[in-house]
Amino acid sequence: MTHIHARARRAMFAPIVFVAAVSLALSGCSTDSQAGATEKDSKKVTLVVHDSFPNKEFAAAASKATGYDVKVISAGDGGELTNKLVLTKGAPIADAFFGVDNTFASRVVDNDVVEAYVPAGLPKSAADYAFDNKGSLTPVDVGATCINIDTGWFKDRGIAEPQNYEDLTAPKYRDLTVLLDPTASSTGASFLTGTVSEFGEDGFADYWQKLVDNGARIEQGWTEAYNGQFTKGGGDGTKPIVVSYSSSPAFTTNDDGTATTTKALLDTCSNQIEYAGVLAGATNQAGAKAVLDYLVSSEFQETIPDAMYMYPMDAEVKLPANWAEFAPMPTKGQLHDLPSAKIEQGREGWLRTLSDKIGL
Amino acid sequence: MTRSASNHSLHVGRWLGWTLATLLPLGFILLFFVWPVVSLVATGLTNDGQLDLSGIPEVFGDARTWQVIGQTILQAVGSTVISLLLGLPAAYVLYRLDFPGRAFLRGFLTVPFVLPTVVVGTAFTALLGPGGPLEWLGLDRSFVAIIIALAFFNVTVVARTVGGFWARLDDSAAMAARVMGAGRVRAWLTVTFPALVPALASAAALVFLFSSTSFGIVLILGGREFANVETEIYRLTVQFLDLRSAAVLSLAQFVIVGLALTVSARLRSSGERAVELRAEAPQGQREKRPGIADLPALVMFGATVLILHALPILTLLGRSLRAADGSWSFGNYAALFSSADLPIEGTVLESIWLSLRISCVAAAIAMFLGVLIALVLSRRPGSDVLRRGMSLFDGLVMLPLGVSAVTLGFGLLLTMNKPLGIGFDLRTSVALIPIAQALVALPLVVRTLLPVLRSIDQRLRFAATSLGASPLAVLRTIDLPMVGRSAGLALGFAFAASLGEFGATSFLVRPGEQTLPVVIAQLIGHQAPGSYGAGLAGAVVLGALTAAVMLVADRLRADRIGSEFRGEF
Repeated sequence: MTHIHARARRAMFAPIVFVAAVSLALSGCSTDSQAGATEKDSKKVTLVVHDSFPNKEFAAAASKATGYDVKVISAGDGGELTNKLVLTKGAPIADAFFGVDNTFASRVVDNDVVEAYVPAGLPKSAADYAFDNKGSLTPVDVGATCINIDTGWFKDRGIAEPQNYEDLTAPKYRDLTVLLDPTASSTGASFLTGTVSEFGEDGFADYWQKLVDNGARIEQGWTEAYNGQFTKGGGDGTKPIVVSYSSSPAFTTNDDGTATTTKALLDTCSNQIEYAGVLAGATNQAGAKAVLDYLVSSEFQETIPDAMYMYPMDAEVKLPANWAEFAPMPTKGQLHDLPSAKIEQGREGWLRTLSDKIGL
Repeated sequence: MTRSASNHSLHVGRWLGWTLATLLPLGFILLFFVWPVVSLVATGLTNDGQLDLSGIPEVFGDARTWQVIGQTILQAVGSTVISLLLGLPAAYVLYRLDFPGRAFLRGFLTVPFVLPTVVVGTAFTALLGPGGPLEWLGLDRSFVAIIIALAFFNVTVVARTVGGFWARLDDSAAMAARVMGAGRVRAWLTVTFPALVPALASAAALVFLFSSTSFGIVLILGGREFANVETEIYRLTVQFLDLRSAAVLSLAQFVIVGLALTVSARLRSSGERAVELRAEAPQGQREKRPGIADLPALVMFGATVLILHALPILTLLGRSLRAADGSWSFGNYAALFSSADLPIEGTVLESIWLSLRISCVAAAIAMFLGVLIALVLSRRPGSDVLRRGMSLFDGLVMLPLGVSAVTLGFGLLLTMNKPLGIGFDLRTSVALIPIAQALVALPLVVRTLLPVLRSIDQRLRFAATSLGASPLAVLRTIDLPMVGRSAGLALGFAFAASLGEFGATSFLVRPGEQTLPVVIAQLIGHQAPGSYGAGLAGAVVLGALTAAVMLVADRLRADRIGSEFRGEF
């Protein structure tokens, strides 16, 4: 009788033991790699970032520079990150964040997700990218969405290169352009902002209609457009005109790095500014501020082109040589930008107009 | 101790055992699936803490909603029809004919099922789009392209489900029909086909479920014009933070998925009854060598494998072997080992190793809970209430297959802040990754184990009990050996499913731990030189790993003819 009992007990407890073992194993491996800071541990600070961030390198360098134990966690692309921050308002998943761009910046500020803070040692050039004068958000880097072209393709065929938005609707560039769906891609949304800035809220949809009438192909995301359809994208693409970044030509250089095969049309750009901030209700406010200080320090700013393929916000930082040559930033006069608040306010309506008009 | 007292404690022990076996998996599903999903939907349907259902008529009053629901159903039906048409010959060839290389082909056919959808989507665009070898078909950007790509994933489901059933089908009735003078075709149509209907119907329901909740393929190939409910929920949540509309669409998705599950359960139970009517594994009936009469099926199967499966996979393989300037090279594969140049943390090799470890934990959780669930669901209780409870439980286990990864991911974010008094924030813990993957793998494990357990003759258990065996002895000597037979296959599925899992994993907040599919998606979406090529090479490695796991799992199956899939996936 007793042995049946013993076995029954063993059989019943085996699952519990197993679950306990698994959860112990998991929590064991999570204590050294997980992020959630406890109140007691004031040396630990957590930064939540978008997907294209050098997490480990940053954690090591920032820990050394700030004296805090810096942890980094990823939360998807810029839009996803923004929404996760809004959803977890009140019980933030980290102390500070980086990677919300000007398309979504108003959303985090309007939802009271951030605590204003102006980092110590903020470079002067940051003023050009300030979100507001309270320091709600700290600009860290900047990129530009621009039309890119395959220069060799046009040369081989003796066709003049397009220069601006209007050119893309001309008959000689028929069926050559790849755009990004602005409802699905943040890069696409940035290009849409540029066209709204250029043609106005009443005129941008007409422009898009002309693009589509001229045979423009609209892909879901940057990968499908650039790597799938563009002639210089590493695949077997057939279209020589594509929406990409002003920095893209620095990646299509020849082997000895003396020339590039593509070019960004600097008159078709709009800026994507990436912001960082302190999260309201953060367990380690002081640590969060230290991390922001480090993000704007020249030590980190210098690593931005190579690590994130964006331009540093600090104008004093020297760009890598091939960037200076092949990937110049568009000048202020060339840019087609809108204030973040206007983007947040208008975006859904623009997308609706566009989908009514061209069936996106 | 008196005899009645020992009987009593035995009874209590058994009762406790079954209750525990039910409560453990139930608790897991309620905690990590139901609570997060319900929380997110509730967030969308409340306003300042008050229930606000005004969104429901509003969203359903919008023409766009009906277009999306219509597309979802059309795509799922289309993909189901194509998958059945192509899967039936595949089932015949792979499970009724005997030829060299059959085991390899069975393994190969599971590869599509776990390839990252973003890679497959890109491969299909490369195939059908401008400059692609099949551009002349004019299928680029079409409804047909979407359902063909969905069939790419789902022909396997039909071949496996129907094939396993077909392998066990007793031929004597068809033979008799032939002897009585019926032609081959007529005998097939009047005898074999009707016998296969339950398995076909059950496979159809599964394919419908998978297709109606498909995300990556529909997003890439369909865009907004061919959006389905799943991609629309993604767009509303991630792009617009319109949780209200997303919640209403989630409700619509529950209804569609619930219907598919109900139909599938009905068809499955009728299928199981049908099998029970027949003799156990047909004695002496062996797979035959292919003959002239099998030619049509072989041609169909050959065309399916070559055009639908091999062509996109070869396109992918070919691209992964070409450098940026178009020359052939192994450079993309070499890049998987080096830590420099690629815009990711560490090397791809490290993420492969991490993925393997996480999948081990996920598969262990899924197997452990799956065995408990399968044991519980294989009982046949006398009481109506218990039986109904069990079918509810069955549906609950299947639900993770049919609920949007965005909803689950964002839901976990809302609920996993130190849940149940756990001392740490589970939202930012690596532990959540295997948990989410185990949820996705769980239905596959249960669906693999359950038919084997259900096929045990109930009289065997009664006989053992009446000869004095304790319930545990019955479990140990009758049920567990049967589980053991198909455990290898279930484990393989669980492992492969979590290895390839992308949706739920990518929506979790990850503590610097990137699994292979997440790394692949990042690489092919980056402008750094060599990044795209390395991503494609990573995708090939993922496909190869999965195929290897499935080949081994197929071999682990102890009895080669008997314990195949039968009418279930």
